[in-house]
Amino acid sequence: MALINYASREINSKIVYYGPGLGGKTTNIKYIYTKLNPEIKGRLISLATELDRTLFFDFLPVDLGTIRGFKTRFHLYTVPGQVFYNASRKLILKGADGIVFVADSQIERYDENIESFENMNDNLQTYNLTLDRVPLIIQYNKRDLPNITSVEELQKVLNPQNKFPFFESVACQGIGVFETLKEVCKRVLMTLG
Amino acid sequence: MREGINIFEEDFWAITDILNRLLQGTNARTILLIDKAGQLITSAGDTAKIDVSSFATLSAADFAATSQLAALIGEKEFSTLFHQGEKENLYVCLVADRVILAVIFDQRTTLGLVRVKAKNSAGELEKIFTDIFNKLEQTGPKKGLDIDFTKAAEEELDKLFGF
Repeated sequence: MALINYASREINSKIVYYGPGLGGKTTNIKYIYTKLNPEIKGRLISLATELDRTLFFDFLPVDLGTIRGFKTRFHLYTVPGQVFYNASRKLILKGADGIVFVADSQIERYDENIESFENMNDNLQTYNLTLDRVPLIIQYNKRDLPNITSVEELQKVLNPQNKFPFFESVACQGIGVFETLKEVCKRVLMTLG
Repeated sequence: MREGINIFEEDFWAITDILNRLLQGTNARTILLIDKAGQLITSAGDTAKIDVSSFATLSAADFAATSQLAALIGEKEFSTLFHQGEKENLYVCLVADRVILAVIFDQRTTLGLVRVKAKNSAGELEKIFTDIFNKLEQTGPKKGLDIDFTKAAEEELDKLFGF
């Protein structure tokens, strides 16, 4: 959870992008990296395979600025989506203050979304956390593709009670990327205030 | 278990004092104190040439991955790590199960000295962090932020992301 240093007046929070493999988590982070001003972003670190699949995580620090005297910083992480990297996913989830679940809207990825969502819940439970305590935003990605499941259908399985805010996105074009980021940042800060 | 860490003035200066003494006692280049989730708590020494955010994140990830390796061979944890470079070296040890002490040093000192002094400092730090965690367990993270903090944060987010 967040690190609040009252002596150096700093708040650091951790936001984790979760979801099935090739769903667009890294694409979100890379888009954010390309669009933010250099003075507010740190170095983008990608621990990826030679084929550019996330092996351990991507990491991007973003400085929000000074709010009420506190230097406020978000650390954005992605997890590796591929099923067999669960040990890495669990490690990255440790200490998460907020989560963005990036769902892949393509019809053939329907089951992977459900599986990944359940896996996220299982991994949270190992840290005695639930989605009642950690803010979650759902992002339905790849909405520009022709073979996609409707948002209503995806909501039925991932967000049946409409508890979590959700956004439609085309991460590779930046559509919905900053809306999602802003919402998760806002909700994380609400848990601190 | 709550994972948050709130550090107030008194504890912060006590921690900084321990790190500075360790820095002087070992002649190390830089010392970083990092929480297990990868966030930098504080540092001592020369950080001008280091991207400390990245360093903190990767150190925590390194430690976490190594702990899993330990578990695979039946160990609870590898409590220390050492990485040797041509000029710079990194010694890492765990404090109070939740905080990582990383010492970056070169040929001006030795691994043996760093190891002994870091162990002593880890003991002192452990007392402070155990107190901090006990306080958090009893009271939960103190909501010490200004009441208008969330509103101000929202305005800042609007400016930052251009809405």
